[in-house]
Amino acid sequence: MSEKIEPTYYIQHHLQNLTWGQVPAGTERCDGQVLESSQWILAACSQELEAMGFWSFHVDSLLWAGLLGGVFILVFWLMARKAHSGTPSGMLNFVETLVEFVDTQVKDTFHGRSSLVAPLALTIFVWVFLMNLVKLIPVDFVPYVVMETTPLEYFKIVPTVDANITLSMSFSVLALMIAFTIKAKGVGGFISELTLQPFSADNIFFKIILIPVNLVLELAAMLAKPVSLGLRLFGNMFAGEFVFILAAALLVGWQAVVSVPWAIFHILVISLQAFIFMMLTVVYLSLATEEH
Amino acid sequence: MTMNATLFGQAIWFAIFVWFCWKFVWPPIITALEERKQKIAEGLSSADRAERDLELAQEKASKNLREAKEKAAEIIEQAKKRSDAIVEEARDKARTEGDRLVARAHDEIEQEMNRAREELRQEVSKLALKGASMVLEREVDEKAHEQMLKQLATEL
Repeated sequence: MSEKIEPTYYIQHHLQNLTWGQVPAGTERCDGQVLESSQWILAACSQELEAMGFWSFHVDSLLWAGLLGGVFILVFWLMARKAHSGTPSGMLNFVETLVEFVDTQVKDTFHGRSSLVAPLALTIFVWVFLMNLVKLIPVDFVPYVVMETTPLEYFKIVPTVDANITLSMSFSVLALMIAFTIKAKGVGGFISELTLQPFSADNIFFKIILIPVNLVLELAAMLAKPVSLGLRLFGNMFAGEFVFILAAALLVGWQAVVSVPWAIFHILVISLQAFIFMMLTVVYLSLATEEH
Repeated sequence: MTMNATLFGQAIWFAIFVWFCWKFVWPPIITALEERKQKIAEGLSSADRAERDLELAQEKASKNLREAKEKAAEIIEQAKKRSDAIVEEARDKARTEGDRLVARAHDEIEQEMNRAREELRQEVSKLALKGASMVLEREVDEKAHEQMLKQLATEL
């Protein structure tokens, strides 16, 4: 790290996840060696990254997402085992406050009877918050430590700066929305919701004509929800991360002047985005169960 | 931004964490919260009940006190009346007793006086008789003049 680094390279490098994937035979590796058969490797430079197809994994995102989710589950599970109806204290108090907060929000928004929605909302809220929170660790800190101590070339610690992570969560929510719709209205209800509205006619002939129009509109609306849900979180986090990276790359010696106020401001963004993700999930699930 | 199979990896994490939270984290906490809510509600209602009970008890106590005071006043009144009556009675008794004693004393004095008078009269009549006999020497016949002397004695 002692040699002078080009800002462009630095930025690109910081935006690259540690990727584990399969490269086909004939790929030229970073050291110029050409592979004779396809292999699963951890990419160490851009040409290896480009050779990887869809079946590759962002190891760092998944590792940190799992780690932070694990922290959430572990802490809350330990507290749940200690939960009692007496006077709570310390961490239990904090956990109960969060649970009650989420429970109130869910009860205000979701009027169905599902017991899944509230724990789902809690998981999303705390997990997304924790995944956002690691962004407050200075951008270079963990990558520097990792690259100095291991042969790894890339390392990003904020899972929500990876669109794969946020979209994966939002599409999981879409799957739940579909499941909730089918559970509440049946398969027929689900299909009629996709095909018989928003345009409807009394005449059966016109009704049939309107089906493709409705289908296109409803499918677009249905897909827009998870896409916007996932991209909103990703966009906010990515933009924030980008400012940190720019500050680190361009304002050598003056990083703190930009980074510290930005980080303080980001405490707000982090909690707000986690809350928005949770609330929209609950609202979408509520829409999925209710008649409209 | 490259889309890849990380999508599935994260979906698996998501499913695991949500499921675990749903099954093992949420129920005990929410049960504890509900229980506490119920306990607090019970506590509040029992506090209300206790307050009502206290009010009732206070009312009863003050009523009892009032009754007791009234009864005491009544008893004191009766006792006073009774004592007045006793005093009155005693006074009457004393008065009649006194009167009686005075009357008896009067009688006794009267009798004493009469007796003294009688004695005196007899003494005087004896003295008169002695004087007369001394004056008349032997000539006076005791038998002949007894009637006259007796009359004299009565007149004294």
